[in-house]
Amino acid sequence: MLTKDRLRLVGRRLVQIAPVILLATFVVFGLQQLVPGDIAATLAGESATDARIAEIRKLYGLDRPFLVQYGSWLWGALHGDLGKSLLSGEVVLDSILRRFPTSLLIVGCALTLSLSIGIPLGILAAVRPGSRIDATVTSVASLGVALPNFWLAMLLVATFALNWNFFPATGAKPLSAGIGPALLHAALPAIALAAGGIAEVARQLRSSLVEVLSSQYVRTLHAKGLSPAAILWKHGLKNVSVNLLTVIGLIFNRLLGATVVIEAVFAIPGIGSMVVHAAIHKDFPVIQGVVLALVLIVISLNLLIDVLYTVLDPRVSQK
Amino acid sequence: MTADKQPLLDVRGLGIFFRTEAGEVQATRDVSFQLRPGERLGIVGESGCGKTVTGLSILGLLPRAQSRVEGQVLFEGRDLLTLSPRQLRAVRGRRISMIFQEPMSALDPVFTIGQQIGETLRAHRGIGKKEARERAVEALAQVGIPLPSRRVDEYPHQLSGGMRQRAMIAIALVCEPQILIADEPTTALDVTIQAQIIDLLFDLSARTGTALLFITHDLGVIAETCTRMLTMYAGEVVEDSPVDAALERPRHPYTSGLLRSIPRLSKRKTVLPSIAGRVPSPADMPTGCRFRARCVHGLAECEARQDLLDVSLDRRARCMRQAELTLPGAIA
Ligand SMILES: Nc1ncnc2c1ncn2[C@@H]1O[C@H](COP(=O)(O)OP(=O)(O)O)[C@@H](O)[C@H]1O
Ligand code: SF4
Ligand SMILES: [Mg+2]
Repeated sequence: MLTKDRLRLVGRRLVQIAPVILLATFVVFGLQQLVPGDIAATLAGESATDARIAEIRKLYGLDRPFLVQYGSWLWGALHGDLGKSLLSGEVVLDSILRRFPTSLLIVGCALTLSLSIGIPLGILAAVRPGSRIDATVTSVASLGVALPNFWLAMLLVATFALNWNFFPATGAKPLSAGIGPALLHAALPAIALAAGGIAEVARQLRSSLVEVLSSQYVRTLHAKGLSPAAILWKHGLKNVSVNLLTVIGLIFNRLLGATVVIEAVFAIPGIGSMVVHAAIHKDFPVIQGVVLALVLIVISLNLLIDVLYTVLDPRVSQK
Repeated sequence: MTADKQPLLDVRGLGIFFRTEAGEVQATRDVSFQLRPGERLGIVGESGCGKTVTGLSILGLLPRAQSRVEGQVLFEGRDLLTLSPRQLRAVRGRRISMIFQEPMSALDPVFTIGQQIGETLRAHRGIGKKEARERAVEALAQVGIPLPSRRVDEYPHQLSGGMRQRAMIAIALVCEPQILIADEPTTALDVTIQAQIIDLLFDLSARTGTALLFITHDLGVIAETCTRMLTMYAGEVVEDSPVDAALERPRHPYTSGLLRSIPRLSKRKTVLPSIAGRVPSPADMPTGCRFRARCVHGLAECEARQDLLDVSLDRRARCMRQAELTLPGAIA
């Protein structure tokens, strides 16, 4: 797996993305400069005196020049110190680590659903392009892509949780509380998130598989006397796996973003709701910490996908 | 010369139709020819004359949903057009193989050359992976690929165009088929490589006795390689003849025009194709002689439908003036 070529690829990518990460941290930290109002005044409370505000400004180092503040935050971040919440005083990294598994479980379930339903649908549609199955899949997929997550989420809550009591309407359970309860709580938010993912996977897989199946090399495979099953499962799937990987990366990024809305609808204590809460109360260390964590996760996943490309497509490793 | 042998492949009245938005169009009409064991038959004609679809229809490779084929393709006593998909698969790649114009796009980019040869073998013969690999190395050696035991594990993009086409040929011949259909196998290659591939096909065919159906728009290649030739024009066979006889005195004005547009080293580069005009499209095919609009010998009677007329025992031409005209050939 980890050949010398692949390690070199990872090294090259890291060199390429280091400046991007640095820029991202700068933007993340710079956010607080853009927000109107004085953070120190907000922190000090409504009836605080000017002296108290100045004291707080000094306490949080907000009186220093911006670049100095950025430098010290970045230095801390490099050492795993993202500061403390201005509201609760909790160490930011601890809250991220505590809440992240909850969000990841929902995203993971949504991704699993997207793939395990989207892939068979895409294949079904692609093997008979133009058939009734194809038309059905295609139109359902367009619908799935167009449906807003939060709307679907509310519909699901209203039907399955409030009306029929199949699932809990809100909250989350950690995996440590048992797989059953954890999945039960994750089910509705994951389904709400997965609708778009299923549609996207089905659509993309259909179009790339149709293209592969009508390609010249598939004609060669028929001319060699291979069965349609061997052509589809062996050659078809291996050739579309590269596209599928791209779609997985895209969907993962999108799901991660969508948890912000979904966790709000389901009152789930994940990092999505954490960042929303922090944003409302201008709790900058938390906002910066969560956004930085998300950026790093997205970048690492894309790096992993880049490496997997070289496993699936022999042409990539040559470049 | 081989007229006494039983035909290996007997194509009769092949008509190929495509469903398009503008309704059904007919791509070929009444295409008939025979291929004898070990024979090398060239099919020549400009682009769009129906050569490729004729080759594809023999193995049932036309897109099923959009096409319809009438006529018969008799091979070993059976009509290939009536075989079940399973029966047809037993013929494809084993009794009759086909190679295509663009070796890069005709090979699966994510499987090694060895895997692509091996799976053909394994589809038709019950052998293991290891033996398939050994046979793949031998097959690569046979088509003149240097270092075959290394090339066998390489992917198509790692090979040059000429090597890729050799690999395609190795795949096609690994099960020792009776017939190889080669559709413009050299058109996408450099001139020097073209000659090598043509030599290779000629040698392999001569050595193994595999009959060759050589489809090309280049009559020069057919003149070098084939024993018989079939000229196709606008979906019809217009001349079916031994190559030597056709080169000397073509019986159809279209064959003659093609012969005179073969680029020759002795002539200057400025030689223009000697036939003005274009092939009519299947959607608006003229009644009567389809070549009439481009023929300098046309008469009013050519408006009538032209049949393939016997020139001699093993020659036919679709021109009512075939006997009276003395058309220039390649040697003139
Ligand atoms: N899938 C298809 N659908 C509709 N028409 C087609 C299709 N394939 C080929 N044809 C038509 O059939 C005719 C013969 O094509 P082809 O056999 O490719 O010509 P050649 O190989 O001699 O250049 C052309 O007019 C072409 O447009
Ligand atoms: S039938 Fe008439 S128009 Fe057609 S090729 Fe012969 S001479 Fe020319
Ligand atoms: Mg062609």
